[in-house]
Amino acid sequence: MTALFKFIGRRAYGFFGHLYRMWTYALASVLEARNVYFYRRQIIEQFYWIGVETLPLVCLISVFTGMAISIQTAYQMSDYVPRYMVGSIVVKSTVLELAPTMMALVIAGRVGAGIASEIGTMKVSEQVDALQSMAVDPVGYLMMPRVLGGLIMVPVLVIFSEVVAIGGGFAIAVLKMGLSPIEFVKGMRLDFYPYDVFVGLVKAMTYGGLITFIGSYMGLETKGGAAGVGTAATTSVVFSSALILISDYFITHTLLNI
Amino acid sequence: MVSDGAVIQFEDVHKSFDENHVLRGLSFDVPKGKVTTILGPSGSGKSVLLKHIIGVLKADSGTVRVLGQDVARLNRSGVQALRKRIGVLFQSSALFDSMSVLENVAFGLRMHAKMPEGEVRAKVAECLRRVNLSGVEDMAPSELSGGMRKRAALARAIAMDPAIILYDEPTTGLDPKTTNVVGDLILDIQGQIDITAIVVTHDMPLALRISDKIALIYRGVIASQGTPKEIETSEEDIIRRFVRGEL
Repeated sequence: MTALFKFIGRRAYGFFGHLYRMWTYALASVLEARNVYFYRRQIIEQFYWIGVETLPLVCLISVFTGMAISIQTAYQMSDYVPRYMVGSIVVKSTVLELAPTMMALVIAGRVGAGIASEIGTMKVSEQVDALQSMAVDPVGYLMMPRVLGGLIMVPVLVIFSEVVAIGGGFAIAVLKMGLSPIEFVKGMRLDFYPYDVFVGLVKAMTYGGLITFIGSYMGLETKGGAAGVGTAATTSVVFSSALILISDYFITHTLLNI
Repeated sequence: MVSDGAVIQFEDVHKSFDENHVLRGLSFDVPKGKVTTILGPSGSGKSVLLKHIIGVLKADSGTVRVLGQDVARLNRSGVQALRKRIGVLFQSSALFDSMSVLENVAFGLRMHAKMPEGEVRAKVAECLRRVNLSGVEDMAPSELSGGMRKRAALARAIAMDPAIILYDEPTTGLDPKTTNVVGDLILDIQGQIDITAIVVTHDMPLALRISDKIALIYRGVIASQGTPKEIETSEEDIIRRFVRGEL
């Protein structure tokens, strides 16, 4: 019984220790945002890496997602539902859920794991210590530019994803299911509210911040050698994915209060 | 054992990590413009001592004074200003592997010194020349040999014209020939610029060769100190045991 309590105590201590350190890193990151001009080069690099270099992958996945959702919508509809509703459902589900959440999971795999392994490798090879010794704050130099990149570029990626996914859905609906372009567009406009785009972008920004912050945090907390780097990358993806889906519920619940 | 003319002074410094009492009232000083070597077995507190000098760690009690400033009393910008005056050569060289040699050496200058790019490049060339590594500016760290990486890291450490340079286990993992090269390099730099050097190592031959002063740290205190001659001829049990690898 004592061993059990010790085990639980150690786990709780570790958990709250993580929470405390995450809080201090988050606070430090916000404070470092004052030095945006000083770290401008790192910020531009991260914008390019997170945004431009991830764009082809996002577009590829989005076009197939849009096509799949278009077919699935048509399949689920009964004969009593007008066919132009395919356009409405494709747009609604893409803007509100598919583009932000599915893309966030993809970005967590690419960007989150990349950040954790890059910073983790720097940590175990003393490069983070070298930064500190040269009077450069690792939070300012490594974490803040990445988090800023996530907050701004993930919504941009999601906008691209929405356009490409809807385009894919449109193409399948017109070319394979025999809908006319006018019917699809009619459906798109039928139930479209700009507020939906706002909700999707709030989700995207939240996910972008979560993915890059957790990736950076796991990287800076890396211990050991190559195994530690691998663990940091894996943990980053798992933790980010779980938080994306959990926060998805809370944002949806809060902003789409039905 | 603390003198007023010292560049770095430790006075009765204690530092613990949970139950592990690493520094237990450590006092010693580092004279200006000399090479001071801190010897000691693994886990004796050598690296902890270095981290106190650059303000990464703060003492639980006692005073660490670097360049006349009490490190524990410095605010964040004070610590950053102090770090700009200290160069560090890491055990693994710690070159940024995403950057070229030029970018590595220029890193501190580009981040902190408001110098035109032409002057930065001239300074990088000068630092690389000092460590006999001219012509590798565009190479990646991964393309360099172990000895060349040490040289490049040393060029980076001296680029900001520091008052103090810290060598953390500079010869660990190197073959005997490269170890000698690193020893020569430390002496070369010492001959070229007015700088105070602290070398942390467990390499006794290196310590005897390059040092003006040697201190042996054991169980969190300075167990013995003196000139290389005094250490080499010492009959103190602690030193004999360290030399025989019994500590």
